[in-house]
Amino acid sequence: MNHPIVDERDFELTVNGTRMSVRGAVPGASLLQVLRDQLQLTGTKGACEEGECGSCSVLVDGVLMCSCLVMAASVTEATIATIESLAHPDGSLNDVQQAFIDCGAVQCGFCTPGLVMAITDLLDRRPNADRETVREELAGNLCRCTGYGRILAAVDQVISQRAAQQ
Amino acid sequence: MTDLQLPSRHRDVLGASPTRPDAPAKVAGEFAFSSDLTADGAVWGATLRSPHPHARIVALDVSAALAIDGVHAVITAADVPGRNAYGLIDSDQPVFADEVVRFVGEPVAAVAAADPTTCQRALDAIAVTYEVLPPLLDPEAAISPDTAPIHPHGNVVRHQRIVAGDPGVTGEIVVEGEYEIGMQDQAFLGLEAALAIPDPDGSGVELHVATQWLHEDRQQIAACLGLPESSVRLVLGGVGGAFGGREDISLQVHSCLLALRVGRPVRMHYSRTESFLGHVHRHPARIWMRHHADRDGTLVNIEARFVFDGGAYASTSSAVLINAVTHTQGPYRCPNAVVDGYAVRTNHLPCGAMRGFGVVQACFAHESQMDRLAAACGLDPLDIRRRNAMVTGDALITGQPVTSVAPVLRCIDETAALPLPTQPVGGEDHPYGRPGGAGLTSETRNIIRGIGYAVSIKNLMYSEGFDDFSTARCTVHDGHVALKYATAEVGQGFVTIAEQIARSILGLDDVISETIDTTVGSAGSTSASRQTWMSGGAVDGACRAVRDRLLGDIANERGVDRSRLEIRDCDIVDAIDGWHQPVREAVRGRMLSEEFVHRHRPTVRLNDLGQGECHTAFAFAAHRAVVDVDVDLGLVKVVQIATAQDIGRALNPMSVVGQIEGGVAQGLGLAVMEEIVQVDGVIRNPSFTDYLLPTIADMPPVEIAMIEEYEPESPLGAKGVGEPPTISSTPAVVAAIRDAISQAYPTARPLTRVPVRPQDIIDALSNHE
Repeated sequence: MNHPIVDERDFELTVNGTRMSVRGAVPGASLLQVLRDQLQLTGTKGACEEGECGSCSVLVDGVLMCSCLVMAASVTEATIATIESLAHPDGSLNDVQQAFIDCGAVQCGFCTPGLVMAITDLLDRRPNADRETVREELAGNLCRCTGYGRILAAVDQVISQRAAQQ
Repeated sequence: MTDLQLPSRHRDVLGASPTRPDAPAKVAGEFAFSSDLTADGAVWGATLRSPHPHARIVALDVSAALAIDGVHAVITAADVPGRNAYGLIDSDQPVFADEVVRFVGEPVAAVAAADPTTCQRALDAIAVTYEVLPPLLDPEAAISPDTAPIHPHGNVVRHQRIVAGDPGVTGEIVVEGEYEIGMQDQAFLGLEAALAIPDPDGSGVELHVATQWLHEDRQQIAACLGLPESSVRLVLGGVGGAFGGREDISLQVHSCLLALRVGRPVRMHYSRTESFLGHVHRHPARIWMRHHADRDGTLVNIEARFVFDGGAYASTSSAVLINAVTHTQGPYRCPNAVVDGYAVRTNHLPCGAMRGFGVVQACFAHESQMDRLAAACGLDPLDIRRRNAMVTGDALITGQPVTSVAPVLRCIDETAALPLPTQPVGGEDHPYGRPGGAGLTSETRNIIRGIGYAVSIKNLMYSEGFDDFSTARCTVHDGHVALKYATAEVGQGFVTIAEQIARSILGLDDVISETIDTTVGSAGSTSASRQTWMSGGAVDGACRAVRDRLLGDIANERGVDRSRLEIRDCDIVDAIDGWHQPVREAVRGRMLSEEFVHRHRPTVRLNDLGQGECHTAFAFAAHRAVVDVDVDLGLVKVVQIATAQDIGRALNPMSVVGQIEGGVAQGLGLAVMEEIVQVDGVIRNPSFTDYLLPTIADMPPVEIAMIEEYEPESPLGAKGVGEPPTISSTPAVVAAIRDAISQAYPTARPLTRVPVRPQDIIDALSNHE
């Protein structure tokens, strides 16, 4: 972050390991808008566009951020990772994604990419996070369908599976 | 949190919990929501909305907008080729305001332009001159015949009276209260979005949209476009939640009009703020009730008056009102009643369907009353509910006998038996569990724990004579099963259930659901807890018809009587000679396709005295809430919700748990967080910054007991499970808060409105009764 602002319409971003050209962006466009409308990476969702719901969560230089609050032209030198980057090269899902399926954490699925990003990030940083820490860390991701119970079950599955593998 | 122990089944049939067929795409970010859809050459559409709750349009000049480079079209009421009106029950809402605007946010014009920025410039350039009129904002004034109508159809959308038994009966114990319910938003995360694609010759349009009811949308859109329904095709765009808020038209007609005007595909997306203006909400209501009981707590009479503020247009207000007044008594026997209900028009935001549909409001009132009655009779809140609990065969105040399975007593007892939270008062083990959060706003010594109960009854399916049906087709081709239906999958999981049904009946495991669109008959709405019953019944019927044809053909080929053959698990079996063959082999080279329409039993419209069998079936639930309250600061933390729910039969236990936990979250939201605030007819909090939704930190564990008593009237034995969790969870939370307050201040005034705000708790203390 804190890179100099380049041409606000035409610039390049590094997304999911690929350098991508953005042409004709709206000046001041958010990273969310550019990912979805310019780069056709529509896995990242927008539901409030003011940083309240977490649907648009991405990693910018490894830090979880609401992409609706990041100006795209300010992260030209950063490494950006979106939901599209999580599956393994053979197409298989990561363990958080699989746990969401197994545990019934998906209903309408609109919050899912943001929550999967947030949980993947959380468990990378704090592999042994306790229940209250998980609730505190995920309080920035709204889900309107599930009441969060099955999402917590998915987190539990990932933690216990990873512990068993060690 | 409920620890879900699933029975292991070797196939993904009914009763198992197979994972959702759409889940892999959803977790990978590959599922196409309606906001993800685009088409070659697509332009963007946007809507100009009224800033006034009530005003006359004196002049409307679009010429400056049209002159902007990149603007393709600007349309107003003058450009609606068909009927400039739509509505689910009464076509009273204009596509674009014509002469008068009636709420802040009412559409006045729409534009199509190259990109969203140009759309916004075009909206800014439209010149509208308004003559501001005094708004009608008081629902009581709307009832008065002396108030000038704000719409040609009048201010009273519906008045319904119910008179049961001898309404003059009085009880030895009488309790009375007036209750207020705030306006709640569905707040689905996937904002309204559509892609309209005109036919090359301009004779029709294909609309991809997130909706709850494709065929109803098509009928209303076609009437506004002045086209035959056959020229309007709808395809379900991926739906990011609905909860009632997508049952009405929002951007459907506007996007189709623009696409037909510019001859190119049009994308329309609402912002969160526009979404608050662009869909209907849960009705705010004022409800007065007076309960009469014998000294032992037996109910003898209920008097009630309901006033529902429907906002500017009718939407489903009349049906919401009927649900409310017909559920006045709750899940309790009562021989006598007199009820008056009004749904009225004001210059507030329009209201319509939201999960619970009128029963949420009624339940908050009747459960608050039951607690007052318990106190007046010196009874425990559970005992007064047990004493009056309805059973199958009891009559409602409408005269309708409850023929559904009615395990009300089991709901109460099994809820009460669920374990209480082990978390100490004030969440000492973790400050995040404290009222006011981790900032240590509250001191543990000031926190009081309260416990409250509530019980509900909810009608399932549509009521009052509506021809309610669902259609499905099952096709078996070379061992593959394809299901075709127009049932809107909004997140509830019908796609999973449908495939489980087919596997159970046909003994084949390779089942898919085809595109959800209008090329098959209507499925009705994904609402009223009806799709498992209705579309489940349709899929069940279609699969059975295919199975019967297959077994008939095989019986003929084998020269045996059809009645000897059946499908057991994955085999066709001859019950007499033991011959058997895997279904997978038996269907090789065959193509079988059958369509089935499921209808529920007919209902009737209530008469002038509110009598008649207007509902189809009922489901029941009980909730217990445990809360920690800092009474002096007015802060609440919900610690646990426990619930036993009457579900008939768990077709997919994981799905049932998901519906219950999600519904409870919305009930908790209404209890202590969620309210759309309007001042002088202007919404003050149309954003997720100011409209507060429960987060994972607000949501407590939910303990669940599923009550499985097979419902013989349901095609699959199952009841809809979506709405009950939202209904009695709200009054249970409020009862728990009252319990905590009364421990500290025994003479405090009972809380009578939701959501409970900190100030309401403070006022209850400073205003002892």
